[in-house]
Amino acid sequence: MAKAFQKIYTQITQITKATCSVKATNVGYDELATVEGRLAQVVKIIDDEVTLQIFEGTEGIPTNAEVIFLGKAPSLKVSDQLAGRFFNAYGNPIDGGPIPEGEERQIGGPSVNPVRRKQPSELIATGISGIDLNNTLVTGQKIPFFADPDQPFNQVMATVALRAKADKIILGGMGMTNDDYLYYKNVFSNAGALDRIIIFMNTTEDPAVERLLVPDMALTAAEYFAVDKNEKVLVLLSDMTSYSDALAIVSNRMDQIPSKDSMPGSLYSDLAKIYEKAAQFPDGGSITIIAVTTLSGGDITHAVPDNTGYITEGQLFLRHDTTIGKVIVDPFRSLSRLKQLVQGKKTREDHPQVMNAAVRLYADAANARTKLENGFDLTDYDQRALDFAKDYSEYLLAIDVNLDTVEMLDTTWGLFSKHFRPQEVNMRMELVERYWKK
Amino acid sequence: MTKGKVKGIISNLVIVEVDAPVAQNEIAYINLDGVKLMAEVIKVEGKNVYIQVFESTRGLKVGMEVDFQGHMLEAMLGPGLLEKKLDGLSHDLDKMEGVFLKRGQYTPSLDEKRLWKFKPIAKAGDKVSAASWLGEVDENYQPHKIMVPFTMTEEYTVKSVISEGEYTVYQTIAIIVDKNGKEHEINMVQKWPVKVPMTHYKEKPRPYRLLETGVRSIDTLNPIVEGGTGFIPGAFGTGKTVLQHAISKQAEADIVVIAACGERANEVVEIFTEFPELEDPHTGRKLIERTIIVANTSNMPVAAREASVYTAMTIGEYYRAMGLKVLLMADSTSRWAQALREMSNRMEELPGPDAFPMDISAIISNFYGRAGHVKLNNGHEGSITFIGTVSPAGGNLKEPVTENTKKVARCFYALEQDRADRKRYPAINPIESYSKYLEYPEFEEFISKEISEDWTSKVNDMKTRLLRGKEISEQINILGDDGVPTEYHITFWKSELIDFVILQQDAFDDIDAVTPIERQKYILDMVIDICRTDFQFDNFTDAADYFKEMINICRQMNYSEFKSDKFNAHRAELDKLIKTKHQEN
Ligand SMILES: Nc1ncnc2c1ncn2[C@@H]1O[C@H](COP(=O)(O)OP(=O)(O)OP(=O)(O)O)[C@@H](O)[C@H]1O
Ligand SMILES: [Mg+2]
Repeated sequence: MAKAFQKIYTQITQITKATCSVKATNVGYDELATVEGRLAQVVKIIDDEVTLQIFEGTEGIPTNAEVIFLGKAPSLKVSDQLAGRFFNAYGNPIDGGPIPEGEERQIGGPSVNPVRRKQPSELIATGISGIDLNNTLVTGQKIPFFADPDQPFNQVMATVALRAKADKIILGGMGMTNDDYLYYKNVFSNAGALDRIIIFMNTTEDPAVERLLVPDMALTAAEYFAVDKNEKVLVLLSDMTSYSDALAIVSNRMDQIPSKDSMPGSLYSDLAKIYEKAAQFPDGGSITIIAVTTLSGGDITHAVPDNTGYITEGQLFLRHDTTIGKVIVDPFRSLSRLKQLVQGKKTREDHPQVMNAAVRLYADAANARTKLENGFDLTDYDQRALDFAKDYSEYLLAIDVNLDTVEMLDTTWGLFSKHFRPQEVNMRMELVERYWKK
Repeated sequence: MTKGKVKGIISNLVIVEVDAPVAQNEIAYINLDGVKLMAEVIKVEGKNVYIQVFESTRGLKVGMEVDFQGHMLEAMLGPGLLEKKLDGLSHDLDKMEGVFLKRGQYTPSLDEKRLWKFKPIAKAGDKVSAASWLGEVDENYQPHKIMVPFTMTEEYTVKSVISEGEYTVYQTIAIIVDKNGKEHEINMVQKWPVKVPMTHYKEKPRPYRLLETGVRSIDTLNPIVEGGTGFIPGAFGTGKTVLQHAISKQAEADIVVIAACGERANEVVEIFTEFPELEDPHTGRKLIERTIIVANTSNMPVAAREASVYTAMTIGEYYRAMGLKVLLMADSTSRWAQALREMSNRMEELPGPDAFPMDISAIISNFYGRAGHVKLNNGHEGSITFIGTVSPAGGNLKEPVTENTKKVARCFYALEQDRADRKRYPAINPIESYSKYLEYPEFEEFISKEISEDWTSKVNDMKTRLLRGKEISEQINILGDDGVPTEYHITFWKSELIDFVILQQDAFDDIDAVTPIERQKYILDMVIDICRTDFQFDNFTDAADYFKEMINICRQMNYSEFKSDKFNAHRAELDKLIKTKHQEN
């Protein structure tokens, strides 16, 4: 549906797997176009030769294809009408509803001036003590789950989202299976939360490159609610490894020199641009991002989790604990870097020390386990550390635990006194005197 | 000035056609429908000039006009930089409007209207040259020198200096005359191209004076000196930023410049929020008063990331020329190297190792070379101590940025994943890390006088014990607890005592976070005395129990105010514990 003033170009000079080049003038960088009706974006201009990345791929594009430039970068119409709606990667409804009206905003917009940010300080309680006790989350934070593909990260994310008391939950799905998509829909609708939900979905059935638009779509919607409406917005991005794979496909097809693990050299900046949209805004609104980075065989040195770890404010590492037969939030590799902003400040005074002591003792148990595996005798202390570790996994680290922080702290003190003597926990004396369970 | 027209656009690399001279690294502005986008020349090929744009190029079109400026990227220098939050190009972030950064907002780093209390230093008839002190103003209790602009290359004679009083930065405060009798009016503002080192000093002697950081595993174990260089490599989450923040809060420096280079915005927000509240442990004034923050966070334009570290270094050099002690921190130098890599790839240059540009080694060493302790032309001394972090891919230190930095930085603080996982913070590996300054006879002489004659021997004793402890723990892992004599366990536990009491330090505990050197001496003496005491145990479990109790008491001391009643009570408890074991012998 070309409008009257739009010029149609048909002189295609080059076609690759992901891009085509066309002779055209007066084209803006990043501008959208359609090529034979398929959406495309300008990625390179040299003189009058414009290179377009075609999201759906270039299969069947002829050399006389019709190219129409739309005169704008990818954008989304924002208003309260977004609430409760499901969209595809282009921001078009997939729930059968009408196209929302509202102000049209370009996605992937500018960053927040760092001096206008507020320091995150509001605790997000999830009930999961592997998170609340050891890796407390705060609004305005960005943090991914690191998990192997077979781990129940979508379930944990959905649980966290529903318990988080967010005004809006925005789910960006990238390469998500249809079953998982339906799972989210189901959980949210059973919880009666659909009016707070917005979904931008790219499933495994959609073209991979389209998913490059999903995070920016989700975050443009998030910025509307967090900045214009001062709401607390939680953005779920699942899965950022699929997103990065799409980046690799594009840069590969454009003949860029790959750096580690076939990923583009700009991976750090590309991911940072997304994650840094998490912010605590001056007027009370916030964007919190909880993402998923799937690992292959637990390898966190791969370029995607590695770069992610350098960008996000910690990570939550899911692991199957064979001693209790459950999935736990691993206390070693998990970390919330904003936890110190709330631990012992918004929670009970003993929180930081209890957390550290428990993890230290858990490490002693890991040493004892190594001894055991090497066929050595265990000391009495080793044995107690192992017993503690098992209880700690079962009653605190397992993802099916649901407690408030005071209960978590009391449970931990209980385990300390069950297995150890006060001088073995290495904590401030005043705390031991006050909380040790006699 | 030379003009040109946009010919090609590949992300933030723009090709401009010109028909007049341009210089490498010259600054240009692209006119995008009235919005000016700042850019820098990075390559010239015939009529085609390649510029990197410090902003998003969204909407840019072929044919748009480009104005070249005839100068390189410059920092604006003068009184009022302290407490400023600048972007990588040294624009004042506070003066920009709105919650979001808008393209083309280039706000000056100095305030035109603010009045400064000026006192003359030079007088009519004095011979002066670049960087000579003409007068000084009081900037947050620092004697901020007003100097002959660094870009003035001749000898001059002072004609007049304005009398004591209050003036703004653009008021003329002195008139100086060159050889040809031409008069130059000098005000408090000057500009300097950030990529060019400021070398207005007489000599750069070897640094030797301890820069106290309050971090025990630095000051006691591997000290850094005023004018020294160091770097902190470590995988993500191992504690680079926490350590740098601790140093910038506690170090005994006059001026602290922090370059947040391609890292998290919330980390600079932490500084913005905390530094106005926290006190400088040495002067009692608010930390922010001595601090300048250059922030190019990871979501800000990539090309300005490279500029940010140069901007910070230039500001450091400016204050050093006033005879001040500057501490410069950059987190993370890897992001800067990556920015260079992105650009080099876009220009399709032949890549070096890990696709970094071929000259990365020279770039890093030139940068570190700008730090140092200097003797100024007027005999005063100043210093820039530089500590950078490195974020190696996959935590593997065999990568170009770490390796090239290791060649030039004199202190190496390697953060270890295993220590971080076990929450043994700061996770500085005590065995691999080093400070080359320990080998300087000048330093040895200084520290003997400043602390005590036997300091270095005690430190070396401690290091040997840590190494021995590590060897034994490996043996125990292989042979089992029973497979080694009890003696070995005792040696192991003594090294654990050092680890728990000296190395481990909680950066978030009000008292433990900062240990003044006097207290570090007390702790080292105490721990080494214990290490040199003979203990006898029947079996290794008794030894373990005993040392755990001892560690626990020593940690209570670390958490208590130095020499307070509580502290002394714990010390008495410790002495009693040691005695009980002696009597048994
Ligand atoms: N000295 C310390 N005392 C207590 N906790 C610490 C200390 N150092 C680091 N930590 C813990 O480790 C976390 C990560 O530290 P930090 O942010 O400094 O890592 P980093 O090395 O800078 O990581 P990245 O490369 O991703 O920026 C902190 O949030 C804190 O919880
Ligand atoms: Mg860091």
